[in-house]
Amino acid sequence: MKALVAIKRVIDYNVKIRVKEDGSDVEKDNVKMSINPFDEIALEEAVRLKEKGVVNEVLVVSIGDNSVKETIRAALAIGGDRGIHIGTEGALEPLGVAKILAEICKKEAINIALLGKQAIDDDFNQTGQKLAAILNWPQVTFASKVEIKDDKAIVTREIDGGLETLEANLPVVITSDLRLNEPRYASLPNIMKAKKKEIIEMNADELNIDFKPRLKTIKITSPKERGGTVKMFSNAEDLVKTLRDKEGLIK
Amino acid sequence: MSCLVVLELENGKPNRPSLATISAAKKLSQNIDVLILDGKAKEDVAILTDAKKIYYFSSNQQDVLAEEIVDILKPLSSKYKFLLAPSGTFSKNFMPRLAANLDKQMISDVINIHDNDTFDRPIYAGNAIATVKSEESIKLITIRATAFEPFTTKTGSSEFIQLKEPEKVTFNKFLEREESKSERPDLSSASIVISGGRGIGSSENFQIIESLADKLGAAVGASRAAVDAGFISNDYQVGQTGKVVAPQLYIAIGISGAIQHLAGMKDSKVIVAINKDEEAPIFQIADYGLVGDLFSTIPEIIKLI
Repeated sequence: MKALVAIKRVIDYNVKIRVKEDGSDVEKDNVKMSINPFDEIALEEAVRLKEKGVVNEVLVVSIGDNSVKETIRAALAIGGDRGIHIGTEGALEPLGVAKILAEICKKEAINIALLGKQAIDDDFNQTGQKLAAILNWPQVTFASKVEIKDDKAIVTREIDGGLETLEANLPVVITSDLRLNEPRYASLPNIMKAKKKEIIEMNADELNIDFKPRLKTIKITSPKERGGTVKMFSNAEDLVKTLRDKEGLIK
Repeated sequence: MSCLVVLELENGKPNRPSLATISAAKKLSQNIDVLILDGKAKEDVAILTDAKKIYYFSSNQQDVLAEEIVDILKPLSSKYKFLLAPSGTFSKNFMPRLAANLDKQMISDVINIHDNDTFDRPIYAGNAIATVKSEESIKLITIRATAFEPFTTKTGSSEFIQLKEPEKVTFNKFLEREESKSERPDLSSASIVISGGRGIGSSENFQIIESLADKLGAAVGASRAAVDAGFISNDYQVGQTGKVVAPQLYIAIGISGAIQHLAGMKDSKVIVAINKDEEAPIFQIADYGLVGDLFSTIPEIIKLI
């Protein structure tokens, strides 16, 4: 059985985001980049499925310019077996990404596609669902527990106000939520081993599909700053009094 | 230029996010139709939403799968310019699937509508706002409900249209649902959130946070540092990779204020920080601060309220 994990290179979650003065984008030069944290969870799950003997190959796919190869390499160090780098210039949107990934899923005869539920840069939360739609596969989004049994995926998913369990036939698209697992760190020997793993290069244009963005970004702005400065109290009583009498927030 | 809104119901009525979505829809069109999963609610929905048409199912379809609701919505969608739903796990599940079926790029989490083509949406967990323009012939949009006031006009002259039951797909199956049992309100929608950080020190000490939360009828949250330290499970995590919350009152206790945490709570109306380190970055975005040992100040606060 073959698993595909789609990973996106994003600004590291610990970096303070700065909007460029010309409003064209956020500052990406000389900023630490990492695997999108939700994709890292998806990758960890795929690697665990391989360790359990359910999956025999974990394919890591990323789309973008040459810098994403570094991100693929990091994913191979965590436990991916083989990488595919799909070269593109310029920004992509979930619809275009899903179309590209669908081609790879078909070409590679994938049984389980694991994606992060959302990227922490554009925050769309769409790609997995769109991939499932294009392939006409079942989808299980926001997974917090995955079990593969007899060609079925029994997946618990996080929904507003609780949990829900679905049983989907393979092939399936699963998107990971935060609670699914805690990703491991790559060990030094595995980082060394990853250097020898294969990364297949291809260009998105070779796929002959329309992946051009549909949305036009007019501008990127900073959110409204919180006004004023902090009012400090020296004791709990004054704080409670303010929250009760001035703000009316507590009884 | 008509608009279809897929509503979410709570106790037989459209919930607050759904009514906020109606307000958003009104900025796009005066001709709003709605779809509900449970026909029993249709009279109330007619009064509360000013919908021209109400599509409903005769039995409650709350367990409907994304694949199944998309099969219902796809043929309906050609009549509309806009398809809207409140942003939540229900719409985030089916809307992108529908969008791909229609070959459209959907717009998630809209917080502001400039005109019929131009929208604001938060990116980088709200650390930046993107203004985007869409020329798609059908625009699929989810609405960040906290950014719009709920629709309040009472009317009630809707046309009711019963839909046939969704056909079950064969490749995916609903097995069960487990509602959260907590007596406390849901973290994402609570009006008060009390969060603890690394400064709490241990999972036993988190009881202090819980006692204060119970006293205030608040939800409990945590920083990633507290989750990573094993004090509390990660479904309580507030932050860029956890839940993004915007309550009326957010009390951060023993939280230093890492960027990742601030991204998840900085849109709260009033922020209170309690920390023993007066240099903690959390005080820079707080409205009110108290420097002190949480093990003496929190019990004192509990006594005072």
